[in-house]
Amino acid sequence: MATAKNEIDFLLHLADNALIIGHRNSEWCGHGPILEQDIAITNIALDYIGQARNLYQHAAELINQHADKIELTQTGKDISLPVTEDSLAYLRDVVEFKNLLITEIPNGDWAQTTLRLFLLSQFQLELFTQLLKHEDAQVAAIAEKSIKEISYHVKWSQDWVLRLGDGTEESKRRMQQAIDAIWAYTGEMFIQPEYATATCLNYAAIQTAWNQKVTAIFEEAGLLIPAKTFVQKGGATGMHTEHLGYILAEMQYLQRAYPNSEW
Amino acid sequence: MEQDFEKIFQDKVDREIRIEPKDWMPEKYRQTLIRQISQHAHSEIIGMLPEGNWITRAPSLRRKAILLAKVQDEAGHGLYLYSAAETLGITRDQMYEQLHTGKAKYSSIFNYPTLSWADMGVIGWLVDGAAIMNQVPLCRTSFGPYARAMVRVCKEESFHQRQGFEILYVLSKGTEAQRRMAQDAINRWWWPSLMMFGPKDDESPNTIQSMKWKIKRFSNDELRQKFVDVCAEQVKVLGFTLPDKDLKWNEERGHYDFGEINWDEFWQVVQGNGPCNKERLDARKKAWEEGAWVRDAALAYANKKAKQKQAAA
Ligand SMILES: [Fe+2]
Ligand SMILES: [Fe+2]
Ligand SMILES: [Fe+2]
Repeated sequence: MATAKNEIDFLLHLADNALIIGHRNSEWCGHGPILEQDIAITNIALDYIGQARNLYQHAAELINQHADKIELTQTGKDISLPVTEDSLAYLRDVVEFKNLLITEIPNGDWAQTTLRLFLLSQFQLELFTQLLKHEDAQVAAIAEKSIKEISYHVKWSQDWVLRLGDGTEESKRRMQQAIDAIWAYTGEMFIQPEYATATCLNYAAIQTAWNQKVTAIFEEAGLLIPAKTFVQKGGATGMHTEHLGYILAEMQYLQRAYPNSEW
Repeated sequence: MEQDFEKIFQDKVDREIRIEPKDWMPEKYRQTLIRQISQHAHSEIIGMLPEGNWITRAPSLRRKAILLAKVQDEAGHGLYLYSAAETLGITRDQMYEQLHTGKAKYSSIFNYPTLSWADMGVIGWLVDGAAIMNQVPLCRTSFGPYARAMVRVCKEESFHQRQGFEILYVLSKGTEAQRRMAQDAINRWWWPSLMMFGPKDDESPNTIQSMKWKIKRFSNDELRQKFVDVCAEQVKVLGFTLPDKDLKWNEERGHYDFGEINWDEFWQVVQGNGPCNKERLDARKKAWEEGAWVRDAALAYANKKAKQKQAAA
């Protein structure tokens, strides 16, 4: 059952990424700097929530199939069977979440928000393109659907990196500050999690492609890649920043306060 | 001369011919429309806040997705309406300025707080429901761009109302705590929803002129009565009650009688003393002020690119 367990963990990793970045982007809803952009970022949040749902639903299917052989939680608290997209999203705790740290750090300003999305979605685009060849046809199908949305996220966020990098003095300064703040969280994307065992995956290739594209955009915008930074990592295995606890406290509050209710 | 124009204009209105931005129109008609459309646009944008509040706390992924889509729709409504108002010779930035300085109003309903998840249900059911009641006649309003914007808006509003009712329906079938949550939300939102139709007809000075210009087609009291009649029936499906001891079917009138609205509260909220007036306006001002550098950068970048293109040509 090693394969099933690995696939489940990997699906949860992808789903958690989508859910948490969706959550962060949704915090802008109603507060964006330009009405059209408020709509755009809310739409992006909606895309990610949709992707998270597809991924959790498939993970739930596999978990329910292999329930006898899989330990559901690390915290010993039971999620009752059958699991659902909602029990996976709402009833796991911080150490069970497998999202990358880059998805959970706060939004900061518009520069940091759009930059984070650019760096992440560029990574996701490469990763999901590899997943088109996944042996599980359903994973491939989810990847195909997600790629359409992620391609737009890349385009949208890349335009903002260019606009702000090459806009005014202030916007350039803010974009460069954002890069300096976030860069340490980019390295984790290229560390292949132990459970990412699907044969279609090649993280080294993802990193090469990502480096090329990011470097090209930064060059065009006149932005600098920090010379060297330490890599912050651990999210994929449940070692998170303190921010995730607050996200979950907010997100999971109703499910926790009113257990076993339909909504 | 002016009188001839006025006659031609009124004649068109009477024959249900749409007035378009380039047509001659009385200055007062233009001003009334700017006031009404911008106020409507502001309501859509401010209206994002009380619900936006719950996006990060929605109790299931499905509800989260629906709520996101709904609030995003409201932003879209704001966009259509600002565009419609712009055809009358005012810019979006000027309208924002009027909102931020308190010169322009928005629907008072959004100055009430959203305290529980059930509020998402009640807002959809009652607030979007009242909005639909107000807005369906506006699809035939005399000013073309406004009427066309309203057609698009109304299509989406009915989904808003249904999702709200469905939230409440699920709560009504839920646990005792959920039923209490829902009833409490209905109790808090019912009266403010009735106020959404505006002052009583005899205290609504603009109504007669607006009806003559066919900006408005039904009076405040007519629409309010229609709304009460519909909700009094729908609440039975939910198994909840409306918080009005005077609510009673009147066979003779063929309508529900209902209690007296607290107009003092209404005017207090209009004047800025509602529970969330300050929060709502502050949130919009903050978004606007903190977004200034972003808008400046976008403009600077667009100018740079345009110049480069010109130089290359
Ligand atoms: Fe709306
Ligand atoms: Fe509306
Ligand atoms: Fe609505």
